[in-house]
Amino acid sequence: MAFEIPRIPLAEWCDVALDWATEHFSGVTRAVSAVVGAGIEGTTDFLVGLPPWLVIAAFGLLVWRLTTARIALATVIGFAFLWNLELWRATLQSLVLVLVSTLFALAIGIPIGVTAALSKRFWRVVAPALDMMQTMPSFVYLIPAIPFFGLGAVSACFATIVFAMPPTIRLTALGIMQTPAELVEAADAFGSSRWQKLFKVQLPLAIPTIMAGINQTIMLALSMVVIAAMIGAGGLGGEVWKAIQRLEAGQGFQAGIAIVVLAVILDRITQHIARHIRRDRQIERG
Amino acid sequence: MSEAKPRIRVRGLTKIFGDKAGAALPLLAAGQNRAEVQKQTGAVIGLHDVSFDVGEGEILVVMGLSGSGKSTCLRCINRLIEPTSGTVFVDDTDVTALDERALMEFRRTRFGMVFQQFALFPHRTILRNVEYGLEVQGVAAEARRERALAAIETVGLKGWDQHYPSQLSGGMQQRAGLARALALNPDVLLMDEAFSALDPLIRRDMQQELVALQKRLKKTIVFVSHDLDEAIALGGRIVLMKDGRVVQEGTAADFLANPADDYVRRFVEHIDVLGVVTAGDAMRAPAAVKPWQSTAAEALASLVQTGEPVMTVVCHEGRFQGTVDADTLRRAGETELRLLLSDREACVPTSATLNETVAKLAGGRGEIAVIDAERLLRGVIANADLVAALARRRADTAH
Repeated sequence: MAFEIPRIPLAEWCDVALDWATEHFSGVTRAVSAVVGAGIEGTTDFLVGLPPWLVIAAFGLLVWRLTTARIALATVIGFAFLWNLELWRATLQSLVLVLVSTLFALAIGIPIGVTAALSKRFWRVVAPALDMMQTMPSFVYLIPAIPFFGLGAVSACFATIVFAMPPTIRLTALGIMQTPAELVEAADAFGSSRWQKLFKVQLPLAIPTIMAGINQTIMLALSMVVIAAMIGAGGLGGEVWKAIQRLEAGQGFQAGIAIVVLAVILDRITQHIARHIRRDRQIERG
Repeated sequence: MSEAKPRIRVRGLTKIFGDKAGAALPLLAAGQNRAEVQKQTGAVIGLHDVSFDVGEGEILVVMGLSGSGKSTCLRCINRLIEPTSGTVFVDDTDVTALDERALMEFRRTRFGMVFQQFALFPHRTILRNVEYGLEVQGVAAEARRERALAAIETVGLKGWDQHYPSQLSGGMQQRAGLARALALNPDVLLMDEAFSALDPLIRRDMQQELVALQKRLKKTIVFVSHDLDEAIALGGRIVLMKDGRVVQEGTAADFLANPADDYVRRFVEHIDVLGVVTAGDAMRAPAAVKPWQSTAAEALASLVQTGEPVMTVVCHEGRFQGTVDADTLRRAGETELRLLLSDREACVPTSATLNETVAKLAGGRGEIAVIDAERLLRGVIANADLVAALARRRADTAH
């Protein structure tokens, strides 16, 4: 007797859920898409419109103020190299996309992380969701992004936010939960309210940890922005994508190396800021 | 209690850790001990039926070994740990009955706390640390800064206000911790093993300074310590705890003289007797004492008869005036004693420890007077009396 176990229609369920969501929300998301898209494009076009040497100099000065002359010099050389490779436009597209996605990821992720640290129940819901967000192959996020936001930069931005946000949430929560018990006790003993404790003790002490999370988020955002070229995000990822389709290994490596240069610059800047905050505050732990 | 109305009244304080408190309470009430209750219910007894008073301006030392419940007891007073039952009154306020908001307000203004590991905020300068309590209260920046700087000066950290805690030594960090508590000008200071993390020498300095500070500021202090010598140095009453209960309450001298049980006896076995027994305990009635209008001849007769090394001289009201030795008396004939007086300072108050008494005796003529706060003569101590007093104490603690 043949006994057939029916396949669980998981894919169909996901489709139904997505269709339903698309039907009801795509109006809103398309509107959001139009606004954010215009913002991203406007910023990119503005930067591309300026003379590259001016943009590079401005970046250099900004980095110098935030970090050291050495890192600023490396930034200038790195960007000049990318300009020289005639990847200037693509670099700016990627950079703007990374920064915008990161800003959104932080704006959403830090409050979630704080809440998760303060409420055990919320943490129990968030933790598995984070695990899923990080384990899911990143390409998968691209598919549902399209019906909601259309092809292009905004879909890429959405997928990037989802993919890059978990480290910020995780490390914000971790940083706050790791506040030494005796300092929390001292804050309580002096009659701090919950908010005072958070803003005067827990958050300031968690900042180095949160910065580590931000660094990871930026790195993940860069990697996702590259992948998002598959749905028309353009940028350096777009150059790689073109090279794949035309089987031009040289072009592919050139764009790949450009991505590495951009990654190194972003990493050095954020790491330096994180270390600087740690030293500035004379924080000694363990 | 010497004071009319105690500042803090702790009554029947019980803390049971774990969620089985309900099951454990009746067992405790039925007289089962900590180990039995824990075995039956899994609940850990932190405190059981702890009661004591702390007077206005008193340093009360809550003492015990680790696990005795002394820190739990301290934290129940400001409810950093929520007591399972019992009450804590500070003046007329039942702290255990305050709601969350009122408790917060109460902590802001009435309690200053000092912690064993200092618990300074590493991201704030000393000034901003000391300002913390005032900042939380909402005191304006100017006033806050002024009061914080004053507190920093009080603890001897002037000039260090812009440093970070990690730039200071342990002793200085704890001074900052003390300043943070004092800046609030609280009525009650709760000090949790405040000096235990410091080097022995610095610890002793801090103890002395705290006593001096206390004399000036008249705070009510509950001081948790595991160190009997520290309790003695702070000089107040002691509540000795074991297994979450109070074993005995009194001064170190009381513990020595009348230990409640073998545990107390063992606890005080290695105590520095010289630092605990007072001149009042060791003195005897003066044998050779004369008013100052008596003649040298009368005094000499009395001195020879009693065998005392010096004649103790008092005025009409019985206030100690000084001493005259036998040689002087022999040469002086009919001269009045008041003209022959020397050693006006050859006296100690009744509260002086034997350590202080010994120092005085060593520099004198073999006998010193013991006086009260009015300089009225209460007794005398000669070298032999000191030895006798020490021998008595040794015999007491020898079992």
